[in-house]
Amino acid sequence: MAYNQVIMEEILSVKDLRKYFARGGLSSRKDVVRAVDEVSFSVKKGETFVLAGESGSGKTTTARLILRAIEPDTGSIIFDGVNVDNYGSALRKIRKECRMIHQDPYASVNPRMTVSDIVKEPLDIHEIGNTGEKNKLILEALQEVKLEPAEEIAKKYPHELSGGQRQRVAIARSIVTRPKLVIADEPVSMLDVSVRVGILELMRELQEKLGISFLYITHDLSTARYIGHRIAIMYRGKIVESGPISDVLSRPRHPYTQALIDSISDPNPDNLNKNKEIRINEPLDLNVYEGCRFRARCPYAVEKCKQEPKLEADEQDRLVACFFKLN
Amino acid sequence: MAFLSIQNLKVQYQTQGKRVHAVDDVSFSLENKESMAIAGESACGKSTLGLTIMRALQGNAAVSGEILLDDKPILKISDEEFTKNMRWKEISMVFQGAMNSLDPVFTVKQQFEEILKKHGYKGDHQKAILEAVSVVGLPVDVLEKFPHELSGGMKQRVVISMALLLKPKFVIADEPTTALDVLVQAQIMSLLKRLKKEGICVMLISHDLGIISEIAEKVGIMYAGRIVEFGNLSDIYGNPKHPYTDALLKSVPKLKGESELVSLKGNPPSLVNPPEGCRFYDRCPHAMEKCKKEPPKIKTPSGFVLCWLYE
Repeated sequence: MAYNQVIMEEILSVKDLRKYFARGGLSSRKDVVRAVDEVSFSVKKGETFVLAGESGSGKTTTARLILRAIEPDTGSIIFDGVNVDNYGSALRKIRKECRMIHQDPYASVNPRMTVSDIVKEPLDIHEIGNTGEKNKLILEALQEVKLEPAEEIAKKYPHELSGGQRQRVAIARSIVTRPKLVIADEPVSMLDVSVRVGILELMRELQEKLGISFLYITHDLSTARYIGHRIAIMYRGKIVESGPISDVLSRPRHPYTQALIDSISDPNPDNLNKNKEIRINEPLDLNVYEGCRFRARCPYAVEKCKQEPKLEADEQDRLVACFFKLN
Repeated sequence: MAFLSIQNLKVQYQTQGKRVHAVDDVSFSLENKESMAIAGESACGKSTLGLTIMRALQGNAAVSGEILLDDKPILKISDEEFTKNMRWKEISMVFQGAMNSLDPVFTVKQQFEEILKKHGYKGDHQKAILEAVSVVGLPVDVLEKFPHELSGGMKQRVVISMALLLKPKFVIADEPTTALDVLVQAQIMSLLKRLKKEGICVMLISHDLGIISEIAEKVGIMYAGRIVEFGNLSDIYGNPKHPYTDALLKSVPKLKGESELVSLKGNPPSLVNPPEGCRFYDRCPHAMEKCKKEPPKIKTPSGFVLCWLYE
């Protein structure tokens, strides 16, 4: 692949990010949920980095922390060489140059605004261009996401568009400020199977043309494999494994990654007469925050797993947090 | 004698002066008690088809055609009789979004009791409930719990076990794994696989071609209200005939192996005024002049295809 022939700089670097939530409301006994716990990763320029995991693994919380929609407890976020703290200039920079595409295109665009106004909003907020320039940028963005004829689509309201077209509007809105990084949170999971590929292809094309890096957040390893370069697998707030995507998916080293791969059914008629075997145990009643978090369900757990495994280098470009390490 | 036979089924919804042709002239039959699946994208009519067999459509739907289950004409039986002898006893259904179909203010056990009472179950209630719960691999203590105390996967299993309570022969499962996490999804599929082995005929309605390949011996591909191709799983997946089936299979990213993905351009036609002729005409790479006329039903080794290409 062409992308690793160039020496790449990092566009985003996340270090030891942590966010705990207290659950339990007004009662005195509060449960602490470690939504994101000591998470570190980096996204290189021009690549698609996948953050994968089940619901509740902390992947969306990570995205919200990066954009400072919520405050991290500890940890640092360095975006394009700038430490993102609470100072206005750094916040303005990351919100202009790092944009987000949400999961549900039926909820993420305002039904009372025209397509043109939806795409224009970030330009207004970041005070980019005068009226004429804004219109030009809007039409350009609509053409880039293949909504043609752009002039006509611009006048429409979201209800006149299909789900795939709405998601394209959301993508146009995210690229209109010429961002360096786009965080795509499950951008195709609400769409019909046949239009998913179209959106993924569009993301790839925008990456090539505009040099945008993507942080692709998903639970779907098949689409991740199609679009991603590197992947990190999250389980209960921790990254358990990371590395080049084809490598991780063809040769998982962490038992959780293996279980995830086991559970996916490719459309293959041979499945019909095979038993589906997922290498995972019924969860034991253990304190998940003691030792390895996957210990309660891991078929390979040993005594040592009561200590917490560190995410450490395993072989070239790969990191694994496991004492057992599959082969 | 076919186990399930559907002939010329049409379902139309009347809304705001418009007539939506949700299911349009669907015919197929299942010879033995094989499990089958209806695959298609949203709004192709697959859920309507399931609800019609279950006779659970809303009042604004007009149904014509014939459905025979074990030689009983489902559409001709009176409502009363259908409820008394068929619904939940012969056919039952796991509804879409089943996780949200449990009543939040009653315990799971009370909801099981309600079904037994409604259907006038004569036997030992306690025994029937315990058996249904153990079939889906749930611990007995879920019975005393309220729905909010259960995880998504457990709620889904509760709903499946409710569908099995009166031991029906035929269970329709409408998107039973959508909105579940991948690991839980796989567990539910293993459960359905096991039930199938124990002799229950499952009709799976889904857009996910992967999970369909785990369950269904027969597959019907539905597009804009019609079943455009029907046949054995291995024929449909291995040798797709209809251009839509082919496009659908080519648009699914896979975890293993290399395959080129092709995206399908355009949108399905509106079902308010469906076009004459083949409904896939606008998006089909093989469209010809004669495709503007109604496509013929061509017999294939294990089913049929609606396409002029094979005339």
